[in-house]
Amino acid sequence: MNTLTLATTHLKGPHVDWAGLSPLIALLGGAVIALLVGLIRTRWVRAQLVPALTLVALGAAAGLSIWQWNQDKSIVSGALRIDDLSLVLNLILVTGAAFAVLLGWRSLAAREAAHGEFHTLLLSSVAGMSLLASSQNTVALFVGLELLSIPLYVLCATELRREHSLESGLKYLIVGAVGSATLLYGIAMIYGATGATDFGTIASKLSSGSLATDPLTLTGVALCVVGLCFKASVAPFHQWTPDVYEGAPTPVTAFMAVATKAAALGVFLRFFDVALLNVQGDWGPALAVLATITIIVGNVGALGQSSLKRMLAYSSVAQAGYMLAGVVVSTKLGVRATIFYLAVYVFMNMASFAVIVARERETTFGDSVQGLQGLGRTRPLLAWPMTISMLALAGIPATAGFTGKFYLIDAAVSGGYAWLGVVIVIGSMISLGYYLPVIAAMWMQKAPAGAGGSLAAAVPLSAPSGGPLPALAGGSPELDDAALAPTTETQRPQLEVLIVALIAGAATLFFGIVPQPLFDLVHHAGSALGGLF
Amino acid sequence: MPPLSIILWLPAACGVIGAIVSLLSRRGGASEFAPMPAGETSRPGGALSRISPAGAVALLGSLAALGLAIGYIADYSPSSHGLTHVTDVVWIAELGIHYKLGIDGLNVFMVGLTTLLFAAAVLAANLREWDRPRFFYFNFMLAETAVLGALLSQDLALFVAFFDLMLIPFYFLTGIWGREPDRVKATIKLVIYTLVGSLLMLAAAVATGVLAAQQGGGHITFVLSALQQTPLGKGSQEWIFLFFAAAFLVKMPAFPLHGWMPDGYKAMPIEVLMVFSGVLSKIGAYGFLRIVLPLYPEAAAHFQTLMLLIALASILYGSVIAFTQTDARLIAGYSSIAQLGFITLGIFSLNPQGAQGALLQMVNHGLVVAPLLFIVGLLAQRAGGSEDVRQMGGIAFRAPVLATIFLIVSLATLAMPGSSNFVGEFLILLGVFKAKLAIAIIAFTGVVLASVYALRLFIRAMHNRVGKDVQSRDIGLRDGLVLVPVIAVILFMALYPQLALHRSEGSVKTAVAGAHADATAPTGEKLASTK
Repeated sequence: MNTLTLATTHLKGPHVDWAGLSPLIALLGGAVIALLVGLIRTRWVRAQLVPALTLVALGAAAGLSIWQWNQDKSIVSGALRIDDLSLVLNLILVTGAAFAVLLGWRSLAAREAAHGEFHTLLLSSVAGMSLLASSQNTVALFVGLELLSIPLYVLCATELRREHSLESGLKYLIVGAVGSATLLYGIAMIYGATGATDFGTIASKLSSGSLATDPLTLTGVALCVVGLCFKASVAPFHQWTPDVYEGAPTPVTAFMAVATKAAALGVFLRFFDVALLNVQGDWGPALAVLATITIIVGNVGALGQSSLKRMLAYSSVAQAGYMLAGVVVSTKLGVRATIFYLAVYVFMNMASFAVIVARERETTFGDSVQGLQGLGRTRPLLAWPMTISMLALAGIPATAGFTGKFYLIDAAVSGGYAWLGVVIVIGSMISLGYYLPVIAAMWMQKAPAGAGGSLAAAVPLSAPSGGPLPALAGGSPELDDAALAPTTETQRPQLEVLIVALIAGAATLFFGIVPQPLFDLVHHAGSALGGLF
Repeated sequence: MPPLSIILWLPAACGVIGAIVSLLSRRGGASEFAPMPAGETSRPGGALSRISPAGAVALLGSLAALGLAIGYIADYSPSSHGLTHVTDVVWIAELGIHYKLGIDGLNVFMVGLTTLLFAAAVLAANLREWDRPRFFYFNFMLAETAVLGALLSQDLALFVAFFDLMLIPFYFLTGIWGREPDRVKATIKLVIYTLVGSLLMLAAAVATGVLAAQQGGGHITFVLSALQQTPLGKGSQEWIFLFFAAAFLVKMPAFPLHGWMPDGYKAMPIEVLMVFSGVLSKIGAYGFLRIVLPLYPEAAAHFQTLMLLIALASILYGSVIAFTQTDARLIAGYSSIAQLGFITLGIFSLNPQGAQGALLQMVNHGLVVAPLLFIVGLLAQRAGGSEDVRQMGGIAFRAPVLATIFLIVSLATLAMPGSSNFVGEFLILLGVFKAKLAIAIIAFTGVVLASVYALRLFIRAMHNRVGKDVQSRDIGLRDGLVLVPVIAVILFMALYPQLALHRSEGSVKTAVAGAHADATAPTGEKLASTK
């Protein structure tokens, strides 16, 4: 009796701020529920209920993030920071993931990998991103990064019968592992130099003279830069991006393009603009050069690509370069501009990925530009979002892309990097060379035979023309039953895909003309990083 | 007068309304579309029922905008210098961007010209059938809104936004309804050329706002009048000037940057080309007066000789190429290069006479080139569809009215004494005389060359031996309806150029004042002022 009282008085459990953790809990809880519900054999439950539950989990995470608004606190003994920056990033991530769920609702990938697994992986990846975006020490950073990456390696390979998909997964796994290892090594060196894992402590240690020029610190910082650049596909560490983007199932590609980028840029902001703020003079110019290389390499690489996914992969490399400009300057304005662009980027990219998904299912051209030819006449509802998205990515006024780019250039010039602003516009110039031909294909060319509205001509891409399908371990039993019969499901009008395209396109246009709501959101996020001015 | 937002958004709104009306009315009728043979210039004598509802609404909208513009011209008092009818709302507070519109002597006539030419071009477009008329007229009207926006905006960022936006409708108009072959290629070339310039301008514009804010210590703003209060340092002014100049010179186009022009002109439908050549090219020149000279006066003075030389090269190159071309469109195109060279010359004489002449010449050239291009279309109809002057000839034979109109336009193009163009060129040369004598003397040859190419086009088309496929007939009522109002304005301006000169005088003087002072100040004094 006496000992028990002693235990209850002295051994108090650590204080857990459940409210602060609630968005993460919603995501991980959703992942568990989706996995369990996915075990039920009823077809309807698996194909419809699981994605719906995933959306509910994402919605709950978004709602809980909004509930935590303006809290500004550190939780889990300083490992995570719940401030407006992480909450805004959460909203961006969740929006991107929700769009991806809609795109994947009737996708081959979700069926082949089984719905439960697919959505669980997606949700855990979002949880990892959320963790990453709010990480406040290097350990949380690394855990978040791995939680983000590992499900994605699997997700890329979910079209089990398509070699490219498997290749994409494997490639991502290997490159991702190299990136993670490099980052981990860098983190270890920074720990060795400063004796701290906490961002705040690292920052204060680095402010005291000699450590800032210590070779150990500098090597650590350099390795961290490289590791994070792998994740954010910053050139010259971007080589995996086109292959992985092209090979992965399109809904997964869309998710990666949008959400991974947001999380990676988020951690860039936290790590560089908080922990390494005092050595800004060391990494700032280096990162500016990397941004320049990224912008040029990404834009030049995208020229002449006939695969839209590959083109968008290079374009995403270039866009990462634009956004790095906001990190480089390390000002509040820079943070705001980066977050603004990330938010806009979700809509711009989702619109085009939705159209690609729709066309992949409707035509035999896959993600080739050919599949878009004549779209303006045959499917204006798909052509419009794609047009808006391309114009926005190119930074044409009246779209959100223009405002975003304006903001980034503003940040670059204000931060004393006027030349980086010029690099951004030069990049945009090059980008016209690949965005405009897509628009031209939709509006100015005739639909090729076999495309257009003739859905009957379409054959699901996954079904090889002859011969038995190889038996694969890990495929869902349901699919093995129906594998040989070409499914008609993929040919139905894709209402949810169309909705994604229209919402994302409309949002791109809307925020181009009325950007104030986004600015308000972003304003808070920018103020979250206290060290900046 | 109603607020400027109405004239600005009315065309775009009409484009949207027209599309909706047409969509609703199409629901009831047949929804088959008849494929139009691409490259067909015109289908004469279409029944009135063929006019698409979208076209009719667009015409109404453009006429209403024209009415409003005439109202603004009548309302504008010659004595007022500053902006009138100002609308000023904060658009994006974080970036200091205002939705600020205003009219002064610099843009009031340009607005009039824009609405007049768009009304004429929409009328001309209504004379033939278009594939996908809803989208066509939507783009056409969006273009008018964008051009008006660029003219009216009094905020640098807003100007840049409209300036870039301007190109998108033309991208679609040329790419979808343009002439084969190479319509898509020409379009992409056109857009990339011009957007490259515009994007440089975007960076320069942002830099202007940011640097001015850092210098003034205040909150960032892009309102032109505020930016004028905090002139930038000479070094920043210079690179920013070059970026702006690149954008504007491409748009005009000026000599070394005109690569898109021949293909673009050949590909555009003639109705679209009327406004493109008539209005868009002037926006570049207008940008110099509105933005570059007031905001970057030191750089303008610094680069004066360079700009004058570019202008001179444009005049000579454009004129010489114009009289070696056989494609009637390209004759008009290269003559535009020459004419815009004159305009640039006037602006960079950096004195009030030259700038006023340039402003007058902007209006004049727009008034002249649009009917000229329309007439080229008419000539092509009479010469078996060919726009080659070698296939034409003798068209005046049975077309006295057409010949008269064409002659008026040609004489105005070559700046016949008595025409308003004469007054414009005279003022420009007067201005340059005061600034750089040698350049003025060489530029005079441009005046002579202009008469060569203008008369050559007229003679080859209208006189000479009757061409092989030529079927001469006089101008129809509908085509006349397009031309007559524009010709009437040309004649009116010839009789009374003071209308434009008086009203623009105050604003032009303010616009060039800074640069004029910098250019004429003796070197020692300049050094003192920079210190």
